[in-house]
Amino acid sequence: MHIKEGLKERHTLSVTVTNEPGVLARIAGMFTARGYNIESLTVADITEDDSISRITIVTTGTPAVIEQVVAQLDRMVPVHKVTDLTLLGDHVERELALVKVAGTGDHRIEALRLAEVFRANVVDTTISSFVFEVTGASTKIDRFVELMKEIGLVEVARTGIVAMARGKEAI
Amino acid sequence: MPKEQSGANILIEALSDLGVEVIFGYPGGAVLPIYDALFQQKRIRHILVRHEQAATHAAEGYARATGKPGVVLVTSGPGATNAVTGITDALMDSIPMVVITGQVATHLIGSDAFQEADTVGITRHCTKHNYLVKSPETLGNVIHEAFHIATTGRPGPVVVDIPKDVQVATAPYKKPGTINHASYRPQVKGDIKLIEAAVEMLAAAERPILYTGGGIINSGPAASQILRELARITGAPVTSTLMGLGAYPASGDQWLGMLGMHGTYEANWTMNQADLIVCLGARFDDRVTGRLDAFAPKAKKIHIDIDRSSMNKTVRVDLPIVGDVGHVMEDMVKVWKARQHTKADLSAWWKQIDEWRAKKSLSYPPSTTEIMPQAAVQALWNATHKKNPIITTEVGQHQMWAAQHFHFESPNKWLTSGGLGTMGYGLPAAIGAQLGNPNALVIDIAGEASIQMNIQELATATQYRLPVKIFILNNEYMGMVRQWQELTYSSRYSESYSDALPDFVKLGEAYGWKGIRIETPDQLESGIAEMLAYDGPVIVDCLVAKVANCFPMIPSGASHVEMILADDQVSGELDDEAKALV
Repeated sequence: MHIKEGLKERHTLSVTVTNEPGVLARIAGMFTARGYNIESLTVADITEDDSISRITIVTTGTPAVIEQVVAQLDRMVPVHKVTDLTLLGDHVERELALVKVAGTGDHRIEALRLAEVFRANVVDTTISSFVFEVTGASTKIDRFVELMKEIGLVEVARTGIVAMARGKEAI
Repeated sequence: MPKEQSGANILIEALSDLGVEVIFGYPGGAVLPIYDALFQQKRIRHILVRHEQAATHAAEGYARATGKPGVVLVTSGPGATNAVTGITDALMDSIPMVVITGQVATHLIGSDAFQEADTVGITRHCTKHNYLVKSPETLGNVIHEAFHIATTGRPGPVVVDIPKDVQVATAPYKKPGTINHASYRPQVKGDIKLIEAAVEMLAAAERPILYTGGGIINSGPAASQILRELARITGAPVTSTLMGLGAYPASGDQWLGMLGMHGTYEANWTMNQADLIVCLGARFDDRVTGRLDAFAPKAKKIHIDIDRSSMNKTVRVDLPIVGDVGHVMEDMVKVWKARQHTKADLSAWWKQIDEWRAKKSLSYPPSTTEIMPQAAVQALWNATHKKNPIITTEVGQHQMWAAQHFHFESPNKWLTSGGLGTMGYGLPAAIGAQLGNPNALVIDIAGEASIQMNIQELATATQYRLPVKIFILNNEYMGMVRQWQELTYSSRYSESYSDALPDFVKLGEAYGWKGIRIETPDQLESGIAEMLAYDGPVIVDCLVAKVANCFPMIPSGASHVEMILADDQVSGELDDEAKALV
């Protein structure tokens, strides 16, 4: 016997939640409990009084699964609103990464040149290393990290994706 | 400013304000302040169970039989973990329940203190919502909010974990006004445009069926009445899930019986051949649909449910309507009448249904030497149905025979563990139902294996003078396990024999119950009469045919039309695909 799986899509969801203890565990736990995937999850509060957090979740699944993910999120008590940005259409997605690269001589110069191409900033430096800050679509960061491997990549920290619909309306 | 009082007193005040009359619980270290507060008041009655799981099932039974939320009070650690099964049961069957758990003092949380467990962590996935209360100032509002969440929308269990220092510390308490929750706003009324579309689909259907479920019971007795009206004006046949039995009267002309794995031939064939299925407060559970890709291939489907996530979860529907099923049906009836629809001519459809009915799929081979379990349930129905009894069950063959052969005329009379399938549910549920309905006849139809899973509750019934009856269909097997082993594993009876059974008559007597044994068919009627004549709790050990099986049956992985009607059609080994299905 073999286990079958359907064709998967990648969706970015924006979820606003009451900022209370356990809310992230509740949401992440719902994904594991129901067998849904999380590719990336970011969370931070977005209100002056720290009352509401905005969570951006990138998930994959068949269209039916994605519909269920949205419905299951929407029925949770602390969830205010769920928006499927992918379904909504045009939106921007950004990710920030810190990339540490070590090297001397030509490697060092090449690292700086590539950083300029990718519009990465130097946020820390020693005689033999840099920490770059690079922002952009995840694919851009992937490419930057890939190139730095050749030069002397030490480590990477990434934030995961934040996303927002284009246009003047709020979600 | 209201006066300051302890967290424990605030809890009691809030519960009183919410109209709580009875709570089911078991004391322990982390709830001693609450038990002391309970001791000093007379408004709330505490029922001492013998195991925390039973407290949760008793609360479920109370809730299901009265329509009011069930309330549970247990201690931290093992008290809370023992309650998890009943909490999960309430989640699966959408039962309104509030569970108060004690917790170690706030400064000890996370230190692996004595009887500490991460109760909010453990119950996060088996509750509708849960809370850890960190100060007495917030306690009152949390209790009121917990009841609001448990009882509105799709009902379910809510856990409130209260550390011991919060029970002792003081704060003012004031009854809050209407709860206006920031994010939780269940949709009660359905979209009228969609309801109008549903009515037109129903009016145009040639082969409609109303597929009803537990949502109608949860919506309240008015929803059952409006279902009857909807059925009357449309003339459509009515079937129901296990959880919805009683919403439509079993004596009604349009009643087809239960559908699904152990449903009737006519109910399942009507679903399969229908051109329109109207799902009313049910959720296309796997026990109902059978093989999904062969489920109701010719039907358009309308789904009315208060929970949006039930829509398109397993079955794609053509018209989903989110709302309370009672309200939506009421609007459907109004629209139907306003548009002056008349009952369509469904005579061809009914002629077909009558042919399926003629199969008499609930018949079983009679016996003069043994008591057939189906006959025992029928005899019980004959002797008691005029008293409009409340029936609870455990889980297994006896549960299905009770669903098939005990006929329900009204809602809130049938209490069973449907979604989770929890053995040991029936006796504590009967205790809860009896407390909510002191004058009702309450019978737990049980199996000899299931009843042992909460047998300690015999003492609870004795203590509170509750005249509940237990009617055990004793076949000395975990019958449903044995039936599946016959169907799937060439009758290799792995661990399904009930060995070393107690003498249930003597066991009952040891707890102060009356015990009766029924061994032969000629003792059946007199034994039941003796049970009913006794003013107090009775345990009946009814010895039934040992290897009888429950039919009809849709085997796992099969469609509605591949029903097995009798024993001789099965036995042997199923393939791996079927073995992997539950």
